[in-house]
Amino acid sequence: MQFPEGLYYTKDHEWIKVEGDTGTIGITDFAQSELGDIVYVEVDTMDESVAQDDVFGTVEAVKTVSELFMPISGTVTAFNEDLEDSPETVNEDPYGAGWLIRITIEDASQLDGLLSASDYAEMVGK
Amino acid sequence: MSDTQHLKQTPIQDRHVALGAKMVPFAGFNMPVQYTGIIDEHHAVRNRAGLFDVSHMGEVRVTGDRALDFVQKLISNDASTLIDGKALYTVMCKPDGGIVDDLLVYRLAADDYLLVINASNIDGDIAWMRASNDVGATLTDESDATGLLALQGPAAFDVLTAATGYDASYLSFYHFDAVTDGTVLGLSNVIISRTGYTGEPGVEIYCRAEDTGTIWDALMSVADQFGMQPTGLGARDTLRLESGYCLYGNDISLETNPLEAGLGWVTKLAKPAFNGRETLAALKEAGLERKLVGFVVNEKGIPRGGYEIQNGDGETIGQVTSGTQSPVLSKGIGMGYVKNVPEYTTPGSVLHVAARGRTFAVTVVKPPFHK
Repeated sequence: MQFPEGLYYTKDHEWIKVEGDTGTIGITDFAQSELGDIVYVEVDTMDESVAQDDVFGTVEAVKTVSELFMPISGTVTAFNEDLEDSPETVNEDPYGAGWLIRITIEDASQLDGLLSASDYAEMVGK
Repeated sequence: MSDTQHLKQTPIQDRHVALGAKMVPFAGFNMPVQYTGIIDEHHAVRNRAGLFDVSHMGEVRVTGDRALDFVQKLISNDASTLIDGKALYTVMCKPDGGIVDDLLVYRLAADDYLLVINASNIDGDIAWMRASNDVGATLTDESDATGLLALQGPAAFDVLTAATGYDASYLSFYHFDAVTDGTVLGLSNVIISRTGYTGEPGVEIYCRAEDTGTIWDALMSVADQFGMQPTGLGARDTLRLESGYCLYGNDISLETNPLEAGLGWVTKLAKPAFNGRETLAALKEAGLERKLVGFVVNEKGIPRGGYEIQNGDGETIGQVTSGTQSPVLSKGIGMGYVKNVPEYTTPGSVLHVAARGRTFAVTVVKPPFHK
């Protein structure tokens, strides 16, 4: 199971990659593995400002549904529209082509409270 | 994460682990939920064949001169219609008509029946059976001593023949063969049953727990030849739901009766007294308040157990009991109880499912969903 360095992780199993004031958000390899086959990703917060830990969308797997939580506060600026046709990309490449949204970061200091790759790996016992 | 230390194992847990299965706690057992993925395994069963370890299921043997009398009082279906080598599907009810469990009843001999029950209900079922046993039948819990594999799919009979030399294609649906002469892999006690929970042709194979691995290994040894895949509980659920089969704990329970669950066909009100008969006869006479219906989602959305079902005015008229994404249809499908009025229960009726602040339209259909 992969937990790349350089990303920030949350206890809710999202990751965020930071480039300037832009954050790219997805779910972790552990999360996709627990969910199993993903069939829809729904993001109904485009262009909205969403606070840290609030719900920005849902992911539907065959077996279950899970809400998606903002790692830090920000405005949702992009949704990965490739997932409309190929939601399984989240299973196949959760840190790459399976990214979910991009945000404009509101308060970069919130990153300090997130987990490192090794902290997250320890949390999920991998 | 649950504590896996206290979970029971099936006799072939080592096979699942070696195959890289994702194991989850289910009904007190550590069970394979998937190997390659639910959708992939689902299609394997629909198109070729899948092999399931369902050894967690419970088996109770009923023997003695009064065995039939006991079974007849216990279950809603009519076991007097059975002959040796034939099985039936049924429910057993409390006096108030609530369903204790759904089960299969096999007649091995006139004084020897095998009852196959859900893993999650084994203790409660056996307590209920013992409490109902006022005729002195002998009840033996054989759950731990029995292995059970389900081999399902259009290639199932070919797989079985190639692996064991036993051609089961002659068996009619709900017929079985108790093979005790070693014909199947030299084993002395195997039941080949033309039953299943997937809506596909196939067999369920009962054996002594210690023989489960022998049969699993033999079937897996020809897997590649037929495109057969090991299949977990995840696909077992999507397959049964796509076929419109009830799952105990979801669609039927102590809070539901067989008539409203669409199981009137296994509820023989005309047979001699059985647990729940009087209540069920009165309910039928009075008319049912609600009914279990199947539905297909018309837009994006997947129904899940517990979601509300609403009419066009946004009024709550029922609740979803099971739901998933149908791998064959690539659409959401589900079942749920709705008020028993024709505008809600008739196939073609459009209803709405509400979840987390949004609703999606569904159309009532008569399962199976995938055909």
